Amino acid sequence: MKKVFERPKSLTDVPFSYCPGCTHGIAHRLVAEVIDELGIQERTIGIAPVGCSVLCYDFFDVDMQEAAHGRAPAVATGIKRVHPDSIVFSYQGDGDLASIGTAEIVHAANRGEKITVIFINNAIYGMTGGQMAPTTLPGQKTTTSPYGRDTEACGYPIRISEMLSTLDGPAYIARASLHDPQNIVKAKSAIRKAFQAQVDGLGFSLVELLSTCPTNWGMTPVESLKWLEDNMIPRYPLGEYKVIEGVK
Amino acid sequence: MGEKILMKGAEALGEAAIKAGCRFFFGYPITPQNEVPEYMSKRLPKEGGVFLQAESEVAAINMVYGAAGAGARVMTSSSSPGISLKMEGISYIAGAKLPCVIVNIVRGGPGLGGIQPAQSDYFQATKGGGHGDYRMIVLAPSSVQEMVDLMGDAFDLADLYRMPTMILGDGMLGQMMEPVEFKERKPIALPPKDWATTGKKGRGKQNIINSLFLIAEECEEHNFELKKRYNEIEKNEVKFESYNMEDADVAIIAYGTTARIVKTAIKRAESKGMKVGLIRPITLWPFPEKVIAAAAEKVKAFLTVEMSTGQMVEDVRLAVNGQKPVYFYGRTGGMVPSPEEMVAEVEKILG
Ligand SMILES: Cc1ncc(C[n+]2csc(CCOP(=O)(O)OP(=O)(O)O)c2C)c(N)n1
Ligand code: SF4
Repeated sequence: MKKVFERPKSLTDVPFSYCPGCTHGIAHRLVAEVIDELGIQERTIGIAPVGCSVLCYDFFDVDMQEAAHGRAPAVATGIKRVHPDSIVFSYQGDGDLASIGTAEIVHAANRGEKITVIFINNAIYGMTGGQMAPTTLPGQKTTTSPYGRDTEACGYPIRISEMLSTLDGPAYIARASLHDPQNIVKAKSAIRKAFQAQVDGLGFSLVELLSTCPTNWGMTPVESLKWLEDNMIPRYPLGEYKVIEGVK
Repeated sequence: MGEKILMKGAEALGEAAIKAGCRFFFGYPITPQNEVPEYMSKRLPKEGGVFLQAESEVAAINMVYGAAGAGARVMTSSSSPGISLKMEGISYIAGAKLPCVIVNIVRGGPGLGGIQPAQSDYFQATKGGGHGDYRMIVLAPSSVQEMVDLMGDAFDLADLYRMPTMILGDGMLGQMMEPVEFKERKPIALPPKDWATTGKKGRGKQNIINSLFLIAEECEEHNFELKKRYNEIEKNEVKFESYNMEDADVAIIAYGTTARIVKTAIKRAESKGMKVGLIRPITLWPFPEKVIAAAAEKVKAFLTVEMSTGQMVEDVRLAVNGQKPVYFYGRTGGMVPSPEEMVAEVEKILG
């Protein structure tokens, strides 16, 4: 019998450590499928963040470096400059990329560093137990915004994709969502374009993936998907924010 | 024999790194070490290397982490406040067992401090600075020539033991013009970097650069393995200079720029009939404690002189272990002790 569904080559057989219903697993799978399809597994080097996906060096079957919290784009820069022919990607959460690591992501993007960034926006700090993230929605309750995010005191959700697409360095920036099969297909196509842009040497690429954290949102997996669709997408519109000539 | 050329310390340092095979430099401007990145930005592209001015010292040291993990000989350079920012990255580099060279051209502190020469980052360099149970090899040259010679050692030691190595200098050394010779180095046998992330092509199995050990037993094991390496370094890599120690009554312990001034002070003390010697640690870690302990059996007293309010003196006291009195004299904040001040201290001791 022909297998129609199997593990991508670029994933190891280590079982994911994510909570049931967490979309980190889907994001991993999409990235691994794209690496397989582009035939770049043997020259890909990934960077794991600090966050729930800190152990992703055990899941992606490519060379990996684990970075300090938020520093993945700087680590990626070091690797890419040493091995310009390799394909370098970082995988980062919203605390990692949009809070502690804002300087590193902005400047890597601005330099047009030829790397690909997979940015998981789940509007919360998952690993440390559900604290407020810079991407947390106004009024959203977290363990450090127990009365709901007060924009007067804590400001507003950061829109990273929009912000970075004002720069000249990036070649491709898109936001996609993982809440239903149709959107997952679109997310994969964005990830593919992002990696292809790097393969073609076009510049910096980033895909922001709207994700769920059922555990810290205090919802079932199904409720989480619905909450993402109803609340996150209006704040974080989906689509391609930057596509320079040559991206395919 | 190579020829001697007149060079500024900071530039000689850069050239020595390139001669040692360093092709990657990541840094951020800060006085008094700007000549190092400026020199690298001029020279590295001509050598097929990469100079990159990072957005901060935090980013620079993490670029170093990435490049070192990818198998390159890589260096960064900064001065005190910038080194404080690098400490997170240095701890990760030590934890992930990556080789690299970090230069600290020390200036007065704390805080923004001043831009004049100082030795007030001794604790930070030798006692951690970053978090966790790690060590860093720390080399303290006292002339431009020695800075050049130690640069080759720094890269070799980093590669041999897979750990960060620091060159600790100060603005005086960096600005000084001295004749230097870039000597041909005998290549030493270094282990292959088969752990580097180069893409798994031809290897089959993935390489992972990491300092995370969530299971306490494994984290302890990792620390013990590092410690084993540190013990070996303490056994094999101690470097110091002994000067005029044969029949000295007072042994001055000083490193770097201060040690140069001590030599002048020793001559003046001699002309006044006092017998003074110098033990100059070249490796600040591993610290030359044995030679100091041995000297304690012969001299009447020790005088530690530093451009700080007293940091290395703690290691001297540990080495002397109460056998003889240990005195301290220091100027700080960018002030440099004069030979007269040192002689006056010796006179007080021999009183
Ligand atoms: C310097 C530093 N500060 C704080 C932490 C603690 N910490 C670990 S993960 C994390 C936030 C992770 O959130 P996010 O990036 O959104 O990823 P997620 O867990 O949601 O996937 C924090 C603050 C750390 N490890 N290092
Ligand atoms: S805490 Fe949240 S982000 Fe982390 S694995 Fe669980 S569901 Fe996923």
